[in-house]
Parts: sequence; structure tokens; C-alpha cells
Amino acid sequence: MQFIKPGINIDFIGKRKAAFLLSGALIVATVFLLLWRGGPNYGVDFSGGVLIQVKLHQRHTPSEIKSALRPVHLDDSIIQEFGEKGKFEFLIRIRKTNVELTGLSEKVKEALGSAFGEKVDMRRVEMVGPKVGKDLRQKALLAIFYSILLIAIYISGRFELKWMMSIVMALSLAFVVYITSSFGMRITWLIVIAMIVTIGLCWFLRLKYALGAIIALIHDVTITVGAFALTNREVSLSIIAAFLTIIGYSLNDTIIVFDRIRENLRRYRRRPYAEVMNLSINETLSRTLLTSTTTLAVVLALFVLGGGVIHDFAFAMLVGIVVGTYSSIYVASPVILIWEGEEKRRKGKKKAK
Amino acid sequence: MSKNLTWRAGIALFCLLSAFVYLVPSISGELPGWWSSFLPEDKIHLGLDLQGGIHLVLEVQASKAVESHLERITEEMKRDLRKGKIRYRELKRTGIEGIDLSLVRASDAKTFQDLAQTNYPDFDIKSTGDMEQAAFHLALTAKARNRIEKMAVDQALETIRNRIDQFGVSEPDIRPQEGHRILIQLPGVKDPKRAIELIGKTAQLEFKLVDDAHSLQAALKGKIPPGDEILYEVSVDPRTGLRTKQPYLLKKRTLLTGEYITDARVQIDSRYNEPYVSLSFDSRGARLFEQITGNNIKKRLAIVLDNKVASAPVIQDRIAGGRAQITGRFDMEEARDLAIVLRAGALPAPVKIIEERTVGPSLGKDSINKGLKSMLVGGLIVIVFMIVYYGLSGAIADLALLLNILFIGAGLSFFGATLTLPGIAGVILTIGMSVDANVLIFERIREELRLGKSARASIDAGYAKALVTILDANITTLIVALVLFQFGTGPVRGFAVTLSIGIIASLFTAIYVTRIIFDYLYVERRMKKMWI
Repeated sequence: MQFIKPGINIDFIGKRKAAFLLSGALIVATVFLLLWRGGPNYGVDFSGGVLIQVKLHQRHTPSEIKSALRPVHLDDSIIQEFGEKGKFEFLIRIRKTNVELTGLSEKVKEALGSAFGEKVDMRRVEMVGPKVGKDLRQKALLAIFYSILLIAIYISGRFELKWMMSIVMALSLAFVVYITSSFGMRITWLIVIAMIVTIGLCWFLRLKYALGAIIALIHDVTITVGAFALTNREVSLSIIAAFLTIIGYSLNDTIIVFDRIRENLRRYRRRPYAEVMNLSINETLSRTLLTSTTTLAVVLALFVLGGGVIHDFAFAMLVGIVVGTYSSIYVASPVILIWEGEEKRRKGKKKAK
Repeated sequence: MSKNLTWRAGIALFCLLSAFVYLVPSISGELPGWWSSFLPEDKIHLGLDLQGGIHLVLEVQASKAVESHLERITEEMKRDLRKGKIRYRELKRTGIEGIDLSLVRASDAKTFQDLAQTNYPDFDIKSTGDMEQAAFHLALTAKARNRIEKMAVDQALETIRNRIDQFGVSEPDIRPQEGHRILIQLPGVKDPKRAIELIGKTAQLEFKLVDDAHSLQAALKGKIPPGDEILYEVSVDPRTGLRTKQPYLLKKRTLLTGEYITDARVQIDSRYNEPYVSLSFDSRGARLFEQITGNNIKKRLAIVLDNKVASAPVIQDRIAGGRAQITGRFDMEEARDLAIVLRAGALPAPVKIIEERTVGPSLGKDSINKGLKSMLVGGLIVIVFMIVYYGLSGAIADLALLLNILFIGAGLSFFGATLTLPGIAGVILTIGMSVDANVLIFERIREELRLGKSARASIDAGYAKALVTILDANITTLIVALVLFQFGTGPVRGFAVTLSIGIIASLFTAIYVTRIIFDYLYVERRMKKMWI
């Protein structure tokens, strides 16, 4: 069986302007959404607070639970039905960080028990102090930062055999991070600066494959974050793991296309760059779609059947795989082409002189 | 079979067999005796999110330890000054910085400085007085402060470990973390509230005299006599659940502390059928206790636990032999836990819970079931899809996929890694991605076949050309997994571990194992037609 006929030749590269427009629009929308919301919707892991998952034995509405929590002054908590319908499971989120967290879950249990007169099953309690939340946030951002850095080094070294260059890049990046962090800068800005420096260095050191791959990665993660903000989902620790996995996955796709481009560049030395690129994307198209399909299938199974705790994780993966597949076709390689265009123009100018 | 192929098949079979051996303990309920004598018997560890349990991070209030250390030094210094006949106007602790002292006679300054230099090397002595009056500020050095703080954390760790051991939790994980923190993981604990109370209790036991000479009423109105303090006895009526607070006016001076306790046990009062905790002191404690009781007959002695009065019985007689008892309205469990904390000793400083994650056992079981169900459904979709799309070759890839899952399970028990819910998600993801290597190879083989090559030549070329790409693609995912492992905690780490094992196992099964099968079919058996 075959989905993609051999010898297929879709003009992906020709449509790169439209693709850039779409990607650009999505990224801008994400940025605006985040600015409007005042940052991503952090879960208790990062914002601090308490999350309690309770199971009741009779039907109750969130507002009933709210009023049951009034005697312990927790009626400003966010109550949400959770999991399958008819299981009477609820999530109680207490966002206050100034309350004494110790023993809070016990208070909730007692309050609900006495209000409803039934046994309350405490399924899960997550309590994170504000200090710990901040630490976890830093750790997560550092994890994202280091994975992008290591990947940039690996790709530039591996693809262009410029190990020296990538070491130079690593060192200068480490230097920039050291300088900025010694100014006591917020880690969010640190990451933004490090990203800009990474892209700038890739540009400056002419690490075009690394540049393409990194832009694709940033593109994928940004859009997934946007999807999270749009659907009002919380970013927790395991979601960060999902983001990093998306990075890995998207890169996987991108590298396979890049590999083919390198191979074809050696084979067809006389053909124009854009044509070789388009050919390579077409040749790997079958594989790209196939792997995405199987991965999407299992993640979909996880999304539907995996239960509430893993639901958001599966959602992130779902979005990430779709966007990652798109970006390896429409974003990563065309970025290299922009560069190539610049090169040519510069060379042309030199000749004209 | 050719020698080369036999060897490769042998290696693959050996790996398969070892994987199986490592998996058996997790699958079978009970192992025969001969098995555990020389074969692995460890099951796959389940994370707290799957088996239920408590994850706690405590912060030792190390500054409190510094405070009480300074308090003790202040008392010692008072004794030293008295002994050295140096009269002082004021001697008091200033926060957690150090001690302030002013002397009555300026001429004592030199004597004091000599004394301080020999007896109190932990302090920087700064003169803050003038010609008229000698005053000093003794600042605790940073080195000494760090030492005290570190000792407090180490001691707290040891004490908590003791308490948990006596409480009886299988496979607890207790370790120090930076910033005076202690990480505690208790899998399978049924009553989280009790466990947390047991761990978090400072358990500072003090014996203080009740001040009956002054009026409690006047003190409650704010006229607390010097050297006294008001502490409360809190009791909860077991039937009505009503909390009552009874105040006591106590002498501030602590006569005896819990550090002399050698043993604490629960006993049942035969008259009221109520449990109480009986204490035994060591010889020094016993002497002190005898002295205290002998000197204060007919007075009330309050037993104070963490600044709450447990009881305040009247001393009837001198008590020799070093035994005391704490009565109060305990139920059996409370009494048992109190005995544990008194035996294990007090925490050197209070601890604060800064992170708590509790997962009930029922949720854990649900998560496992749902995870397995999604794994089954997702796996089946992939397996059917591969057979439909690639025919016989797809079936070979499916075999590799199944072996891959087997290897992940074996890898988890081999490395003693922990399977968490995100870890199960990692396995599911690996199922989707592990066929990727085979897809890459098969697409290459198809390309070669289209060029008109023979089956055998196409297989050779397909594997050779796809190999580099597969390695490249997987190394980057492996990099991500390693970073996750480095920075992640608990569940995320579990995800990183299964992802890494999955990647490595998939390289082995999808490249090495499938190649053996293809070589057997197309080289050994000389099959001509490719079903791909």
C-alpha cells in the first residue's frame, strides 16, 4: 500500500511565502494572547498553591462545593469538574500563597465531609510553596534552554562538520548567559536573550542548518504554548516534559529532511538549491506522514483513554506533532533558503563591483 | 545458516532471554526458591503517582537552630562571667546575629576579651563601648553559622529517618537537598495525614514548673511576672470534637528536656483504659528528675511538648529511677506516634512543609489501568497499520515493536528505574516513534526496488542509507531525554528514563533484529519477492 506515489513533486518551497505568513500569524497571535493573559497559565507546580482532586459519592455542583468551603475561608477557590462525567470527581484549586499550606488539605476534607455528610475520597493533593514553585519554574526554563543549546551544538557540528564553530558558539553563549545572569536578570528574559544570541550566532557563524532547525523548534513550542493558552490549559511540570519531547520529535523530522537535502546536494550539483530542497522534501514526504500518523494514533489513544491526569500532556503532544510535521516541511528548510538568497545577492554584488 | 547470521541471531536471542529474565519478577506473582538464589528478583518500581504515596519537601528552619544555639551560649556565658567574677549589666542574644553584652566595670574589659577569645572562638568580638563603659558585640562568624545550620539539617535528616523507620514504611526515600531542604518519598502510605504529622513534629519535650505563686488571671490580662510565660493545653473532646484551650502560667526556665530520654512506650492505664506514654531517662536525666521532683513536692510540674502543655500533674513525692509518664487524652494511634517521636528524638529546629504531593492508592490504580488501556489500543492501531501498509515487512517491524516494549520493561527493572505516569506516556510515545526507524528503512528499500535492484541488494542499500539518518534523529531525542533527566523531578524523570531506554531499545530492535530476519529470509532462504 502507498499513500504517496513515488515521483510525486509538490511545490512546497514555492508556497513558502504563504507558509511564512501562516506561521508568522500564529506566532504573533500566541505572543498577543500571552501578553493579554499576562503570561502562560501556570499550574500549582510553578505558581505555588494547592490542587486537590476529590471524589464524592453523590452528585454535587461546583457551587455547592464552593459554599461547603466557606467555613474554612476557602470559598474563593476554583472548583472544576474533572475526568469522566458521573464519577463526581472535582479539582479544587487554591491559588492563595499567603495561607498556611500545612494541613490545608485536611481542612478541605473535613469541611466537605461535614457539609455533605459523606466520606470524601482524597484522590490527589498537590501543594507547592511559593519558593518551591519559583525554583521549579527556573529549573524548567533552564531545561528548555539547555536542550536547545545542546541541540544547536549537535546539529551544527554534525551537519556542517563545524565542531569548532559549535564549540565557539557554546562558549560565547555560556559567556552571555553568565554575564546576564550576574546582572540578576529574570530567567524568562535570560532565555529570550539566549535565544536571540543563539539565532544571531548561527547567522553570524553561517550555521544555516542549525539556524533552520532552531527556528523550527521555537516555532513549534511557541505555537503549542499558544494552543495551551487558547484552550485555557495549565502549564505544569509534565507539560514542560511534553514541550521538550516536542522539541525532540520536531527535530527528528527536520533532521531527516536535512539529511536528504545533503545527500541530494551531492548528487545533483548542478540543480538550483531550491529545486533540490523541494525534491528532498518530496522524497521524504511518505516517511514524514507515515511516522506522524502512527505517532498521532498512539497519542490520540492516550488523549482519549489515558484519563484526566495525563490528558493535557497528550494534548500538548497532539498539537506538537501536527505543528512539528508542518514545520519540518514548511519552515525548517525554507529558512535555509532565505539565507541562500542572501548569499547569492552578496556574491552578485561582489561580482558587479 | 551462515556462520555470521548464526552469531547475530545468537546475540539477539541472548539479549531477548536476559530481558525476559529481568521481566519475570514483575509479571509472575511468586518466584520459585531456586530463582531468587541467582537470578534478579526485583520488580519494576512504580512511582508515587502510580502506587499512591506521599512526596514531601521540608525546609529545616535552620535559623531557629542558630537562635537556640545562641540562647544556649548566652546561658553558658552568664555562668562563665559569674565564675570569672565579671559583673555585667546586660547580656542578651540579638536576633540570630550574635550576643550583646555590657559590663558594669570598664576595667573588666580586658579580662572578658581574654575569656571570650579562649572560650568562644566562634565569635568576632567588637567593642561597642567607650571609656566609661565596656560593651561588646559578639558576632557569630559565617563559618560557625554554616556549621550550625548544616548540623541542624543533618540531625533533622537522621531524626526523620529514625521516625519513618519506626513508623514502618517500606522503601522510603529520604535525602537532603540544597537550601536546607529534605526530600521525603513514602510510597504506599495509607494515612498521609498521620505520616505528615509524625514527620513534621518538632517534638521538643520540656519540663517546666507551674507558677502557683502568681495569679493566672492577672497574667492573662497582660501582667506576666518576669521569668514566666503562658502556655496552653489544647484538648479535643473525642465525642463532640470540641476544642478547649486551658492556659497555664509557667516558669520560663526549662528544668529538663527530652534529650535524656532513652525509651518511650505506649502503655494502657488499667483504671481508665486509656493509653499513656511512659518515658525512661538515662542516668543523668534520672538524677536531674529526682532532684527536680524532690525539690518541688506538692508543686505542679508541666510537661510541655512543642510549646503546648500536655499535662501538669502535682508532684506527690520524690521520683527516683528515671521514669515518668505523659498522660493526656490520646487515642491509641496518637500515643503510639508520640512514643515514636520521643524515642527518635526532637528535631533540632522546626521544619516547614514547602511541597507536598499525595496520591491516593485508588487514583494510582486508575492511572495504571488507563495507561495500559491506551497503550494497548495505540499499539494495536500501529501494528495493524504497519501490516496493512507494508505487508510481511510490516509484520517484521511489529515484531521489533513488541520486542521493544519487552526491552523497555526489562531495562526499567535492570536499572532500578521508576515507572511513572508520564513514563507510561513515554512508552506509548516510543511505540509510535519506534516504528519510525523501520519506516525509514522500508521507504529506502522501496526506492531501491523501484530502481530495479534485487530484493537482497535493496535491503543492503536500504539499511545502509537509512542508518545514518536514524542515528542522527535519535541522538537528538536522546539529548532532550538526558536534559530532562538532569533537570526533572519525580514523574518527569520517569518520563526521561523510559524515553531513553525506549530509544536505545528501538535502535536495537528496529535495526539489528529486523535485519537478522530479513537476512534470513532473503539471503538464507533466497526469497525473491519483497512484500513491502
